[in-house]
Amino acid sequence: MYEGIVQDLIDELGRLPGIGPKSAQRIAFHILQTQSFDVARLAEILTTVRERVKFCSICGNISEQDTCTICRDPRRDPALICVVEEAKDVVAIERTREFRGLYHVLGGAISPIDGIGPDDLSIRQLMQRLADGTVQEVIIATDPNLEGEATATYLSRLLTTLEIRVTRLASGLPVGGDLEYADEVTLGRAFEGRRSVS
Amino acid sequence: MPGQWDDRGVPVYRDEAVVLRTHKLGEADRIVTMLTRQHGKVRAVAKGVRRTASKFGARLEPFMVADVQLWEGRTLDVITQAESLGSYGTLITDDYGSYTAASVMVETADRVTESEGSLQQYLLLVGALRSLSRREHAPTLTLDSYLLRALSVAGWAPTFTDCARCATVGPHHSIVVQLGGVVCDTCAPPGAPKVDAVTIGLLGALVEGDWPTAEAASESTRSKASGIVAAYAQWHLERGLRSLPHVSRESS
Ligand SMILES: [Zn+2]
Ligand SMILES: [Zn+2]
Repeated sequence: MYEGIVQDLIDELGRLPGIGPKSAQRIAFHILQTQSFDVARLAEILTTVRERVKFCSICGNISEQDTCTICRDPRRDPALICVVEEAKDVVAIERTREFRGLYHVLGGAISPIDGIGPDDLSIRQLMQRLADGTVQEVIIATDPNLEGEATATYLSRLLTTLEIRVTRLASGLPVGGDLEYADEVTLGRAFEGRRSVS
Repeated sequence: MPGQWDDRGVPVYRDEAVVLRTHKLGEADRIVTMLTRQHGKVRAVAKGVRRTASKFGARLEPFMVADVQLWEGRTLDVITQAESLGSYGTLITDDYGSYTAASVMVETADRVTESEGSLQQYLLLVGALRSLSRREHAPTLTLDSYLLRALSVAGWAPTFTDCARCATVGPHHSIVVQLGGVVCDTCAPPGAPKVDAVTIGLLGALVEGDWPTAEAASESTRSKASGIVAAYAQWHLERGLRSLPHVSRESS
């Protein structure tokens, strides 16, 4: 244990995802000892990012305005919606340049054991987006792991009631993996080979 | 298995395990919580599984049964090999009702083995997951039967025949979960809810694994029985089960 504020810093850093007590200590000492490290800039960015970045009111992607750049782009195909778990999956799919439609970010996957059910995700908002008949195809691109597959099962069952083509990314993605780690080629191929589920 | 080492002198052991849940660790690893046949509950690291295209990660998803080899670590053991013995995961997630039922099962197994695992709990869970994956019964029936039996093995066996308090021979018509099942009219506290004989019959069938009787029950009877099983489980498991309110009764 360190004294007062140094320990406070280590504790706060340790609350961040993926940072254990040792890493927290290493980062804290880097901040303390490295003269060239611009603390003021980091502090400013942290404050600004909280103030400025919000979630797109249409698709749930991160955005600096009410709607995100993808939803505002007239060149995107409004007849196609790709459903992903998190905003970082949008980034992964955009990298492939394979998809020219719009997105819907669920905000996670259905995981009863973590107390997360369908109502805790933006599924109702998705259904509202599908109501006016513009969307012809929904591509489910949840993670290729257990929770992602179960979420896909739930969504496809829900969407069969609508007259919309529902597809799921082709297998070939690493099972048990995170979508964000799939390389561009694999992910691109998964898009091309997507299969109908309803 | 004590007394075994790999060629670098690190102690290793091998066991059959069912995966209860996983947590992300760092950038690419997962912590896998497993109930093993011989070593009780084990928490171990599976390295790189979120990033690689190997089959390794798929074998270590919840509901999977695998033959695993582990290195004994100082804080957490490390899984070095996993061979699938039952890939129930995909079969279960293809049906949403089965997925929610299996989620409650693994959460329950995790909780009833908090202090120590047992072979009986291991076999009970593997059997229930296998049955779910084969669609042998309605998922909610399999779940309710599993819950009653897992709680029984954990030392909280309910009674649905004789009075739970004074052992007067049944049949009785009131169920008080806090007392352990049915109670006679003398033992029943004022206002104790009356339960119809068919529902009590179903509860007894679920404990015993009398499937013909269970399958014959109507949906409304099953639903009443589920409510009692849920109350029984939530009462015995401190803090309750987070997954239980998410169980889907719709079949697809
Ligand atoms: Zn948007
Ligand atoms: Zn009595």
